[in-house]
Amino acid sequence: MTNQTGPGGDVRLTGIAKTYGAFTAVHPLDLTVPQGSFFALLGASGCGKTTTLRMIAGLEEPSAGTVHLGDQDVTALPPYKRPVNTVFQSYALFPHLDIFENVAFGLRRRGLKSVKKQVDEMLDLVQLGEQARKKPHQLSGGQQQRVAVARALINHPKVLLLDEPLGALDLKLRRQMQLELKRIQTEVGITFIHVTHDQEEAMTMADTVAVMNAGRVEQLGSPTDLYENPRTTFVANFLGTSNFIEAEVDSKSGEEIVLKAGGGKLVLPGARCSAPATAGGKVLVGVRPEKISLTHADDAGEIAEGRNRITGRIADSSFIGVSTQYVVDSPVCSDFEVYAQNIDRDPRLVPGAEVVLHWNPAHTFGLDAAQDADAGVEEAA
Amino acid sequence: MSTLTEAPPPLAPQAPASKPPKRRGRFTPYWLLLPGILWLVVFFALPMIYQASTSVQTGSLEQGYKVTWHFATYWEALSAYWPQFVRSVLYAGTATILCLLLGYPLAYLIAFRAGRWKNLIMILVIAPFFTSFLIRTLAWKTILADGGPVVGALNTLHVLDVTNWLGMTAGDRVLATPLAVVCGLTYNFLPFMILPLYTSLERIDGRLHEAAGDLYARPWTTFRRVTFPLSMPGVVSGTLLTFIPAAGDYVNADLLGSTDTRMVGNVIQTQFLRVLDYPTAAALSFILMAAILLMVTVYIRRSGTEDLV
Repeated sequence: MTNQTGPGGDVRLTGIAKTYGAFTAVHPLDLTVPQGSFFALLGASGCGKTTTLRMIAGLEEPSAGTVHLGDQDVTALPPYKRPVNTVFQSYALFPHLDIFENVAFGLRRRGLKSVKKQVDEMLDLVQLGEQARKKPHQLSGGQQQRVAVARALINHPKVLLLDEPLGALDLKLRRQMQLELKRIQTEVGITFIHVTHDQEEAMTMADTVAVMNAGRVEQLGSPTDLYENPRTTFVANFLGTSNFIEAEVDSKSGEEIVLKAGGGKLVLPGARCSAPATAGGKVLVGVRPEKISLTHADDAGEIAEGRNRITGRIADSSFIGVSTQYVVDSPVCSDFEVYAQNIDRDPRLVPGAEVVLHWNPAHTFGLDAAQDADAGVEEAA
Repeated sequence: MSTLTEAPPPLAPQAPASKPPKRRGRFTPYWLLLPGILWLVVFFALPMIYQASTSVQTGSLEQGYKVTWHFATYWEALSAYWPQFVRSVLYAGTATILCLLLGYPLAYLIAFRAGRWKNLIMILVIAPFFTSFLIRTLAWKTILADGGPVVGALNTLHVLDVTNWLGMTAGDRVLATPLAVVCGLTYNFLPFMILPLYTSLERIDGRLHEAAGDLYARPWTTFRRVTFPLSMPGVVSGTLLTFIPAAGDYVNADLLGSTDTRMVGNVIQTQFLRVLDYPTAAALSFILMAAILLMVTVYIRRSGTEDLV
């Protein structure tokens, strides 16, 4: 039950699945969470992320597959025998016990007699030393959240499971707790598996993010990797905003794929195209709104050679301080979103203006055109 | 209330605008309380005062009773009938413990495990109330009849040997023994135990059980450390709702017991309705009330449920 160092502390899910009658909450899933990492399961509600977490905790029995913690197969173990602790959504603190006893609960259950030193240290770690003798309902939401973390961490679990732990907090406190949790994780070095529907939260905190959708892992990778190289439209839309252009493959030369869209041509690095690109085939070309530059049509000549460009007319613009967000109507895509930093604002860029959108081809990614370009838009909202 | 629907003129004085609603609502709570207070005064306070004065009267039925502040009646009643008092507390206490032992698992089942059977089981718990209390108690006469299947089974299982040794039964009989009275009390007051227990168990957040399991508590430890402490408000109100009426009950002792199982309720009933010794009956009632109040106060203090609610 203590935190082991060295390899062999990974969490391994092998073919794990959960069905409720005819409904499949989690499709057979293989997942390895390396020891000591901060791992996030990200997805909209009902995507199976919490069920996956609960199967690791032992609170849900998998319909198929196995759960390994290091070398130990824990699939058949009840929760109270697993070296795993959970921070529950809305905390589930024991209302009849004070903060000290809440934190000491796990230690006492394992037969430890003198718990005072450990509990005091843990309460100091989460900055709640003063509140030890208060009841949970006397604390604020953020403090209760920290008690829940302390109550789980004091047992030195192999893995700490966090089920939407920040969902009940307001935005400012949530930001603060994100940093706090990250700090604690770095300090104690325990594997954290964090379930959240908040993509920003997952990206700020986790080393590795698994994006889940409808009971399946859509993509797994580092936050940067997921954001820059989404492999499905769901991931592209769920993590941030993406613009998609349906294009036809014209030719493939070395590292570059040349595509036709509208009357123009676009270039896409072959390595960033997850769809099979055969001449004449369709590909969804994606580009993030902040990678795009806007130039007034009159200055089109000044745009450097080799950049991808499309033309359009500004439909809407909203000034939000650090940037201006434009919606551009283009023949190849009706709602092209562009985020421009407010450095040198061109006063001619107002709704109705004819513009050229251009970006570095390296920032383009290509996806299989067979999927819905709007997948994940609703869920991310 | 035109002042609230229109914007007030900027220079209008504040005081008159804020006063009328205050004055209007001030007496509303009291008006609403009035019917209840009247009811209590007429049907509770006045009879209590009347009984209190009766308990300190002397005289006879023929010459009429007069208030003579004869407090000795209390002492006389207590010294004459203390065995019935002790019996009342013992029988009611035993019945309460049995109710708790029988009712807790059932309430737990209904609250956490019954699923779609929940409503059906609840109806089964309440269903006996649709029959008269007397009929139900009389039915126990048949159930516990001499030589009947229940007594036969208890005899075969040597349960009666144990209860005989405890002084709860005599020989091969169950009827007309303390055991019969306790059975009747347990049966009749069981729903009053189950319902509050169910209510407080139902309120417990299921995630607390998961959290306890997650923190290395085995199911039994979870029950002992989390479920049971959190159900204490239900245990306290259930035991009170069982013990208080059971201690004052006389129907069970009357129908299922014998002259050796008379409880204080039987004495009060006899004094009021047969002997017509009103002062003694009134004094006994007050002693019973005071004793129960005292026990309940001590019990609530000791169970310390204040900060659970």
